[in-house]
Amino acid sequence: MARRTIKVDALARVEGEGALHVTVRDGAVERAELRFYEPPRFFEALLRGRAYTEAPDIAARICGICPVAYQMSAVHAMEDALGVSIPQPLRDLRRLLYCAEWIESHALHIYMLHAPDFLGFEGAIDMARAHPGVVARGLALKKTGNDLMALLGGREVHPINVRVGGFYKVPRRRDLAAIAEGLKRARDVALETVKWVAGFDFPECERDYQLVALCPAAEYPFNEGRIVSSRGLDIAARDYDEHFEEEHVAHSTALHAHIRGRGAYLVGPLARYALNFDKLSPLARATARDIGLDRVCRNPYRSIMVRAIEVLYACDEALRLIESYAEPDAPCVALSPRAGVGHGCTEAPRGMLYHRYQLAADGTIISARIVPPTSQNQASIEEDLTICVGAWLDLPDDALRHRCEQTVRNYDPCISCATHFLRVDMNRV
Amino acid sequence: MPTGQCLVIGIGNADRGDDAVGRVVARKLSTRRIPGVRVLEQGGEAAGLLDGLSGAQAAYLIDAARSGRLPGTISRFDAAAMELPRIAFGCSTHGLGLAEAIELARALGQLPHRCVVYAIEGRAYDIGAPLSPEVATAAEAVARMIADEMRGFVRDEGAG
Repeated sequence: MARRTIKVDALARVEGEGALHVTVRDGAVERAELRFYEPPRFFEALLRGRAYTEAPDIAARICGICPVAYQMSAVHAMEDALGVSIPQPLRDLRRLLYCAEWIESHALHIYMLHAPDFLGFEGAIDMARAHPGVVARGLALKKTGNDLMALLGGREVHPINVRVGGFYKVPRRRDLAAIAEGLKRARDVALETVKWVAGFDFPECERDYQLVALCPAAEYPFNEGRIVSSRGLDIAARDYDEHFEEEHVAHSTALHAHIRGRGAYLVGPLARYALNFDKLSPLARATARDIGLDRVCRNPYRSIMVRAIEVLYACDEALRLIESYAEPDAPCVALSPRAGVGHGCTEAPRGMLYHRYQLAADGTIISARIVPPTSQNQASIEEDLTICVGAWLDLPDDALRHRCEQTVRNYDPCISCATHFLRVDMNRV
Repeated sequence: MPTGQCLVIGIGNADRGDDAVGRVVARKLSTRRIPGVRVLEQGGEAAGLLDGLSGAQAAYLIDAARSGRLPGTISRFDAAAMELPRIAFGCSTHGLGLAEAIELARALGQLPHRCVVYAIEGRAYDIGAPLSPEVATAAEAVARMIADEMRGFVRDEGAG
């Protein structure tokens, strides 16, 4: 009996760890297991007993790449619990802040983490030696996101200007006008990026995903919308717990998420794009068509193309928001605590991020629940490894192991940086 | 930053015990107000480090390290002359950290002519903990060593 084991062991890191174990027996993938250590479980306990006002800053610490997502899901959940809504200018500023995060996060993934897979480099440093101009371009794109984040959030990482009810301080129109020039250049770079990644060679793979994303009525999703799936689910964020469940699996400290009775599902760029194509800006839609991207993309290896389209959209949307920005009368709406439960769902760069908080009458957090996108995608990643990789078993060990790692990196999971520097062992039994 | 400036970047997480040592050294140097020297504190993310390095003529970077040596051990690396050894520097959030930033800067032709990394071996990285005593002692020593080096550099090169 021919048995082949593909193992990827992680470097232990303070922020988390990931490992990959694929077992092949008699010409088929017998088992594919991805193990993550998920910090959010720890944060849920940390949030208990704290004031509702502290949630955005505590939750932001879950991730250094997508702190805005954690802040946005937290503030929307709190505002839901307190029964307040946010006026348009503050709502627009939150969209703008999210644009900054998508630009930062997607540019980092496209250029530094994912592109080397397609171009045959060990990592971004090797790629920079061969193509310094390309890497410099990616860093410049990311920096535009950083600059916008610093302007709105107070600093580039873990922004400190977000609060339940709005912001501590809002920008003046002239502040935003100054950054618009940089965003116009970034939009040009984003267009170049789309064309660049469209020229990569992509493995053939078509997956029948159950796609899940937020679907607002008239805009590409960031902060609001109903939770919609490609198979008919259409619910409000408050009904998340009724339809989605997480379960422990023996091989991982992270929970696996499923839709009750419907199995694994996919969140992130492919899902957002397919379920909201018509809400992209005309430029983003036209560019997608130019590079031959259909309205629905089910090849996970092509997710880099969709990510590039989303960067283009984020630049375009940021410029639209800046153009129409009216300085709000106050940076924040008035709040008074009350007992209740609030739900918030927003679109982190990696996909939908759900928060639920139960508050006491004085605003103390009684319980917190956070379901990050990487946890939701874990089952889909393992299915990809079983189905896609199963078709490439004739590849030599090194190539197959690389394809497995690339398959994980398609998702830009929060362990993606670590996976570029993993020690990799391959055993044949 | 203006070209020709001498730069200090203290790297780490201020709230994770000995991981804060880079920042502590930076703060010590900041209070010395050496002319022509700019002091930054960063979390250790590569793109931010690269951005900080661009345009500097000389850079001194300080970070915690985990290489299995005695806590408080000081290592000095001439990063302009050689690749950093593969020891684990302080904990960057997502893997692309100090060593990668320096190699990226080198590949992109953005590495300062003088680029020195001081690594201080940490003992513990507990949330909210202060520096371990031996690491605090090393921080004082490294601040002194860098101040001496920079004075020599600023005098020789006329930077700032």
